Amino acid sequence: MSGTDATPDSNTDSNGPTLDDVARVARLSRLALDDAGLAAAQADLTAILGHVATLSSLDVEGVEPMARPHDQVNRLAEDEPGPTLDRQVLLALAPEVEGDYIAVPKVLGEGGA
Amino acid sequence: MTSLAIDIDPADDLVARVATVRDGRTTATARVRAAIDRIESVNGTLNAYHETTAEDALASAANLDARLAAGEDVGPLAGAIVAVKDNICTTAGLTTCSSRILADYRSPFEATALIRLRAAGAIPLGRTNLDEFAMGSSSEHCAWGPVRNPHDPERVPGGSSGGSAAAVAADCCDAALGSDTGGSIRQPAAFCGAVGFKPTYGRISRYGLVAFGSSLDQIGPICRSVRDAAVLYEAMAGIDPHDATTSERTVESPLADGSVDPATLRIGVPREHREGGNHPGVRSALERAIDRLKDAGATIVDVELPLTDHGISTYYVIGPAEASSNLSRYDGIRYGHRAESRPGEGLEDLYARTRTEGFGAEVRRRIMLGTYVLSAGYYDAYYKRALQVRRLIKAEFDSAFESCDILLGPTTPTPAFRVGAELDPVSMYLNDVYTVNANIAGLPAISLPAGRAEDDGSSLPVGVHLQAPAFAEATLLRAAATVESLLR
Repeated sequence: MSGTDATPDSNTDSNGPTLDDVARVARLSRLALDDAGLAAAQADLTAILGHVATLSSLDVEGVEPMARPHDQVNRLAEDEPGPTLDRQVLLALAPEVEGDYIAVPKVLGEGGA
Repeated sequence: MTSLAIDIDPADDLVARVATVRDGRTTATARVRAAIDRIESVNGTLNAYHETTAEDALASAANLDARLAAGEDVGPLAGAIVAVKDNICTTAGLTTCSSRILADYRSPFEATALIRLRAAGAIPLGRTNLDEFAMGSSSEHCAWGPVRNPHDPERVPGGSSGGSAAAVAADCCDAALGSDTGGSIRQPAAFCGAVGFKPTYGRISRYGLVAFGSSLDQIGPICRSVRDAAVLYEAMAGIDPHDATTSERTVESPLADGSVDPATLRIGVPREHREGGNHPGVRSALERAIDRLKDAGATIVDVELPLTDHGISTYYVIGPAEASSNLSRYDGIRYGHRAESRPGEGLEDLYARTRTEGFGAEVRRRIMLGTYVLSAGYYDAYYKRALQVRRLIKAEFDSAFESCDILLGPTTPTPAFRVGAELDPVSMYLNDVYTVNANIAGLPAISLPAGRAEDDGSSLPVGVHLQAPAFAEATLLRAAATVESLLR
C-alpha cells in the first residue's frame, strides 16, 4: 500500500489535506458530506494531523512496526463445524428482506470505488 | 447544582453487599427493586442509563433467591447489581453504542464477559450511555444526550464509559462494565470518584464488545473498591474460544494474598506525569499519595517516560485506522439503520447516506482520519510510523519497569470539565495523555480515587493511576489495595 500516489510516503503533508483529499477520503469512507461538511472535516483533519506530525521528529529507523501488544500470534481453531446463529434470527435484523435473502438496491451499472 | 453522588466507602463495596444476600440479611430481589427506585429518582438528571432491563433483572434475582433458599452455591457475585456499557452485546434489551445507526439493534448473542458475570451470580440491570462507539472523553457525544457527573451535574462524567461511572458514583448499581481503548474506563472513574480497572490486553474476551480499536480495546470494571475490581476481573478473565486474542496464561486470584506491605513496594513516578501541566488539585492529590507511600516505607523511584506526549499522536493514528476498518460494517444492509431508499439510487449512494445519517460528528471524524492515514501515499508516513513508535513506547515501559514494580501518576491532568465546554478535538484528546500509553503497550492499569480538587466553586474527585507490566494484574491489584488503604 505505498508509493502509488504523487505524495511521497516519506513525508507528512505539513499543510494538511486539500479539499480534494478530504473529498476523496469521504468517498472512501462512504460518507456523503456537503461542501460545509467537507470544509469542517478539512479543518479538523488539518488540526489533528498537525498534532500527529510531531511523530516525525522521532527516529524510527530500523524499528519493527508493532500492530498488536505482546506480539501475539494468531491462534487457529480446528476446521470443524460448530453451532451458528439461526438464519431467521439474522434475517430479522436486516432492514429489508425478500424471502430468505437480504434485499439491496441494484449494483450493476455503477462505477467502482 | 446539588451533588447526586454518594461518597463511596470502600468498606461498603460489592463484596460486602453480596455477603448480605448470601447470609440472608436481604434478598437479590429486594436489592434490584431498591436499585430501580434509585435509578428512577436520579436518572432524569444524570442520563447514566439508556435503558433498564428490570424484567430480566427481577427474573434473575427471583431465580437466585430461590436457589439460595434451596442451599445451592450461587456464585461469588450472587445478588450483585451490574450496569453494562451499551457497547457490550446483551440479549436483554438493545445494544446501541449510543449511536443512531444501531438505535433499534437487538444482538442475537451476548458478550462472553457478560455471560461469565451472570454465571458468577451478577445481575445486569441495564445499559449505560457512552460517547458514540466509545469515541470520546466526556460522554457528551451520545445520540441520547449528554451524561452528567453525579458530583456536579454541570460537569461531564468523563468518557467514553461515562454512563457506567456515573451509575456507580450515584449508587445506581454495585459496579459497572466499561471498555477502555485509550482511557475510557479510567478517566471517567477518576472524574466520578470510582475505581476503574483496565486489565492487560487479551485478559478479558472482547467477544461481544462492539469493536472500535481491536488492538487497543479491553473490557473492565468500574467499581467501589480494589477488592471489587479483583473479584469482577477474576469472574470475567481467561481464554475464550470466541476471541483468538485472549491470552492462554493462567489467571491468578489477584488478592488471594491481600494487599502488600508498602515497605516491599518499589513505586516509579514518571517525571513527565508529575511535572506535566496538571491542575493544582491533581498535583496535590498525587503528592499526597506519594507522601503516604513514603511514610509507609515504600521506595519511590524517579523514572522517565519521555514518549508520554507522543502517545496521543500515536493513538490518534492507530485508533482511527482500526475504527475506520471496524466501522465499515455499518452499511445499512444486514442490520442497523438504513436510509430511506430513493428511486434509481445505487448501492454506493445508499451506503453513504445511511452512514452519514447514522454516525455522529466525532465518529465520522475518526473514520475519515483513519481512512486518510491508511490511504495510499500516507500509510508509511502515518500508520507505519505510529506502529514503530508503538514499539518504542513499549520499550520505554520495559525499561522503566527494570527499576520499579508499579508506576504511579495522575489519571488525568484536570478534574471534570463543564458540559458544553466544547473543547476542540485535539484538546479533548489530551484528556487521555496519561492513560493512552497503557493501551498502546497493552498494559494493565487502574485509577483509584485520591481526594478532591476545588475547581471554579466545585469540589470534584481526582484519581491516581497505577500501571504494571503486562499480565501482572496480581502485582497491580495488590499494590492498588495498599494505596487505597493508605489514602483512606
